[in-house]
Amino acid sequence: MTPGLGPMSPRGRDRRFLGAMAVLGGTYVVLLVAMVAADLLYTTPGHLWRALGSPEIRYAIRLSLLSCTLTTLLSLWVAVPIGYLLSRFDFPGRPLLDALLDIPIVLPPLVIGLSLLILFQTAPLRALERVFPVTYAVPSVILAQFMVACAFAVRTMRNTFAQINPRQEQVALTLGCSRSQAFWRVVLPSAKSGVLTAATLAWARALGEFGPILVFSGATRLKTEVLPTTVFLELSVGRLEAAVAVSLLMMASAVVALLLVRSWGGGGLPGPGGGGVG
Amino acid sequence: MIRLDRITLRAGTFHLRELSLEIPAGSHTVLMGRTGSGKTTLLEGICGLRPVLTGSVRIGGRDVTHLPPGERGIGLVPQDGALFDHLTVRQHLGFALEVRGWSAERREARVRELADWLHLGPLLERLPAGLSGGERQRVALGRALSFEPAVLCLDEPLSALDDETRQGILGLLSGLRSRAAITTLHITHNRSEAEQLADRILHLRDGRLES
Repeated sequence: MTPGLGPMSPRGRDRRFLGAMAVLGGTYVVLLVAMVAADLLYTTPGHLWRALGSPEIRYAIRLSLLSCTLTTLLSLWVAVPIGYLLSRFDFPGRPLLDALLDIPIVLPPLVIGLSLLILFQTAPLRALERVFPVTYAVPSVILAQFMVACAFAVRTMRNTFAQINPRQEQVALTLGCSRSQAFWRVVLPSAKSGVLTAATLAWARALGEFGPILVFSGATRLKTEVLPTTVFLELSVGRLEAAVAVSLLMMASAVVALLLVRSWGGGGLPGPGGGGVG
Repeated sequence: MIRLDRITLRAGTFHLRELSLEIPAGSHTVLMGRTGSGKTTLLEGICGLRPVLTGSVRIGGRDVTHLPPGERGIGLVPQDGALFDHLTVRQHLGFALEVRGWSAERREARVRELADWLHLGPLLERLPAGLSGGERQRVALGRALSFEPAVLCLDEPLSALDDETRQGILGLLSGLRSRAAITTLHITHNRSEAEQLADRILHLRDGRLES
């Protein structure tokens, strides 16, 4: 008998160990399920229906759909080239750039909003705002969402391109492709599931963004109100039922997004330093 | 003919310095050497996938040192085939021809010819995911030869195959010389494979080439 382990059989010890792991992990799962169940039990179809009938909430849904879609397109526009360059080339300052791109993931969202607000107080951007208003207008919502969502898209695309065998691209070059032809004909089609995963993650992340929008766009009804803003505004005037109904809508969207990510081969949300998506 | 004149290549901290080599036209030269000896680095330098720091690379008398890989007339078969996951066998065989602007009729005729030779006819509409290891290497070989290059570079193309499949592809490579006047540079660790195919066997040791 091994000293200190007591008289329990090896199989019994294994069972106790696995049981302890399951209980520790299960606590979180139970809490997660209980939270959703509580929301569902709190809301009736009537609450949901009334919420969907409200002009303010309908505006928030429309703006959320529009801003999240634009944010997703902008994020892909940026994430695909950055992800490709980071995964394929070694250049001076690459580790610094890599770390810099993770900042929106680790920074408190409110700080991103505040930083955007300060940035738009600088002379060149104040001049821009005279012809194209951004702060406290719809473009600020998109910009605030973009600053956070894009970091997730970049991380996903970098991991995706890193998983594609660089030999494929090299063979394409020997076959007569230029670098850009090899990218469009070989690399990008191979990265299709990663692009879809990045798009879904960016969309879902943008949908849930609140902190930077509150600071940079304000919470003005029928102007800069997106779904998280609605939850905040409904809560602040004591209409808990409407807040919960909108929360459920957002939860349903998040679940659909996660299911899509899984079906497109994404391993999960990428974290700083790589998360294995793609 | 491939002629390397005192070329220097770098891969990270590893260097191949002032290496010279002449491979006669139409010959099959096998390059052997320990893992990490720089065989693949040398192949990449010849193919234009790695910059040549000093010296020159000539193919068929033409200086290709600074030409992009696609203009050197070299077909490459890497160790794992490196097939394109989203393209069918037919699209692989026609890939280089499409990029090089061959007409659809010429392309189709060439694809058919390669498919017959490599026994790929029934597999033309398959994606790489549906191919065995040997089939994948046959597709990689057909893709590399499709545009009728002057040089074929093989980077351990048979290392991951079972004996029977390996013998099949060795037969194809032996038969290649009677079909096309092509100069082949072949990297392998397998001595019997080298002896079966090579006109000349070279060893890369401590950054030097020895016969």
